[in-house]
Amino acid sequence: MSASYVASIDQGTTSTRCLLFDHAGRMVSVAQHEHHQHYPRPGWAEHDAAEIWANTLRVLPEALALAGLQPSDVAAVGIANQRETTVVWDRATGRPVAPAITWQDTRTADLVAELGRSAAAPLFEEVCGLTPAGYFAAPRLRWLLDHVPGLQRRARLGEVAFGTMESWLIWNLTGGPDGGVHVTDVTNASRTMLMDIHTLQWDQRLLDALDVPAAMLPEIRPNAQVYGTCTVGLPGVVIGGAFGDQQAALFGQTCFDEGEAKCTYGTGAFLLMNTGASVTPSTHGLLSTVAYALEGEQPVYATEGSIAVAGALVQWFRDSLEMISSAPEIETLARRVEDNGGCYIVPAFAGLFAPRWQADARGVVVGLTSYVTRGHLARAVLEATAWQTCEVVEAVDLDTSLTLSRLRVDGGMTANHLLMQTVADVLDVPVERPLVAESVSLGAAYAAGLAVGFWPDLDVLRGTWRRAALWEPSMSPVVRRRERAAWDRAVQRTLHWVVDEDPDAAPPG
Amino acid sequence: MATIQSIERAAAVLHVLGAVHEPVALGELSRLLDLPKPTVHGIVRTLCEVGFVTQEPDTGRYALGSGLATLGEGLDPHLLRSRAVNWADGLAARTGMEVELGVLTGRTVELVHHVFRPDGSPQRLRVGELQPLATSALGLVLLAFSPAVSASAAREAGDPTPRVSLARAVQLARRQGWACVDSTLRPGVATLAAPLRRHLGHRLGVGVGALGVSGPRDRVLGPSGEPRDDLVTQVVAAAHAVSSTLQERL
Repeated sequence: MSASYVASIDQGTTSTRCLLFDHAGRMVSVAQHEHHQHYPRPGWAEHDAAEIWANTLRVLPEALALAGLQPSDVAAVGIANQRETTVVWDRATGRPVAPAITWQDTRTADLVAELGRSAAAPLFEEVCGLTPAGYFAAPRLRWLLDHVPGLQRRARLGEVAFGTMESWLIWNLTGGPDGGVHVTDVTNASRTMLMDIHTLQWDQRLLDALDVPAAMLPEIRPNAQVYGTCTVGLPGVVIGGAFGDQQAALFGQTCFDEGEAKCTYGTGAFLLMNTGASVTPSTHGLLSTVAYALEGEQPVYATEGSIAVAGALVQWFRDSLEMISSAPEIETLARRVEDNGGCYIVPAFAGLFAPRWQADARGVVVGLTSYVTRGHLARAVLEATAWQTCEVVEAVDLDTSLTLSRLRVDGGMTANHLLMQTVADVLDVPVERPLVAESVSLGAAYAAGLAVGFWPDLDVLRGTWRRAALWEPSMSPVVRRRERAAWDRAVQRTLHWVVDEDPDAAPPG
Repeated sequence: MATIQSIERAAAVLHVLGAVHEPVALGELSRLLDLPKPTVHGIVRTLCEVGFVTQEPDTGRYALGSGLATLGEGLDPHLLRSRAVNWADGLAARTGMEVELGVLTGRTVELVHHVFRPDGSPQRLRVGELQPLATSALGLVLLAFSPAVSASAAREAGDPTPRVSLARAVQLARRQGWACVDSTLRPGVATLAAPLRRHLGHRLGVGVGALGVSGPRDRVLGPSGEPRDDLVTQVVAAAHAVSSTLQERL
């Protein structure tokens, strides 16, 4: 076989990257360009889809050049993308009709609240497995249909196309106005609120509830399948797969079996556990989502818990409290002391997320005595991420009756050994980090490679996973129980802080 | 004793920038120091190169750089680790060996990062492990490149290595830019290490750590007993790559 590499496009929130992997799953090249973040109003967050496409066209040849390769050396390309970011474009001109509304944008909060109160709310939960919430794609699409003049009519006539970022890139890579393929994958589609999570098809009742014309929707495809052939960027190379970023990381970490889980630690943290062939509706604040679907096979599902503030708390400690000058220094500071000195920090900066979902909570620092130093505060910052992980894992246990036996981790915070040891300690399971840190890109590359036979099956992929580090739990059960109880008491103190429906109001003295 | 004029003028520039609490334009600096603009420009350019002065990209004005404030501080070991993580992983993936990153702690080497040998075998994380300066590859590299420790210090710490052979080993490491040690810490295991250096301007800077690979001696060493050339190239290249990340604003 002449083509000995697989390419991966990672279309993320801040940048677009191209990575190349060899047959052993090792990264051989990476190129990256950042794009602008637009915040035209408070709570709004937009991207220019045309800029992202232009960056994609730059990173592809750059990654090839860095490794000294030609497009003919690439067997297939896969795409992983920021989830739920919504773009609508003109099929004839190829131009976006409006700025892309990103997953961080909160302009649809009222629309979603209204939907949550409507008669259709239970239908959404039953069909797509999601409780209507602002961060899914369909409310953003509804907003565009309402606010871009003439868009609803043009959508009905099929003149414009909707997609999340993978759809936009695939359509452009395969020719754009000149024969571009308009598809999405099951994991991205499962985050729109419009797909039946069981049949993996758009559901007309949900489309009707939001008045979304079917003519503008992409076709839903499995994650590993040849969608088309690139006419630009990587001319002649087939597009073999696409994934939402968190599902891509689950796949890249080779969590193919029921009960296997990964957690990606970045600004926030996302824990996904493979739940096998069954959709598990959550009664504990988690989401059911599609983990992956291979061509001709039954889909595999996952349950997902998100932690809003993980690395963001370290950034706050650095930038707002000015306790450290760089994020990694928190480990140095925390290691100056033996324990948290009785201090706990609960970062409910915008309320509590999974599994508690308490919007009226706000962050607390508790247990302060004259004994507490900034070293203890540093410990409390790191422990907050560990205990939040623990709460999500406990919710997963309750929802799925699957017990986590080990946790695979990735993301920038895995460079912090003290944090990873603490996660292992509070979960009481081994925590392991893979040698290829780029789990998101690797997952998309795996899908593309599977589609063209570059890798034959999941067992071979599992065999490429390499452990770079392992943290074994070493906390005594007595200490774990005591610390767990203290964390719970700290969380109790965050509740009902916001009163009078005014998020900035102080409580009555 | 005659003073060196350029150093004296550089100190004057720093004093002025330290006294004025906002960035200063070149013309203003020249006026305050009563020196011609080209002379002042040469001095501030050099001070920018070594990180003692920064230039605002928008206005072109000059201010004291962070390099001056951090002069007395060592590089944070965990910051060093975070800069090295990706390169250490890549080194382990390409060589198939375990990777160690060590810094100086007192008069020993402390491992601040460790990547497993990527063969799936059970291994234990060795972060926090201490190694002797004089008999480990990481230690020899630190002795050769870190100004914070000397061979005599290693001897005072109770190292039994004869003075002459240690001096020779350190000298060799300095000349080669790497050190290799066979079977001193673990029987049958050889370690090859290169320095992580914090650059100042265009010149090579001071050693702040050591990055190395460890493996079975017959995979690290060639038939001659010398380390394999390709392995030396890979370790030195990875250490160099990490060093270049330290040049950026920390």
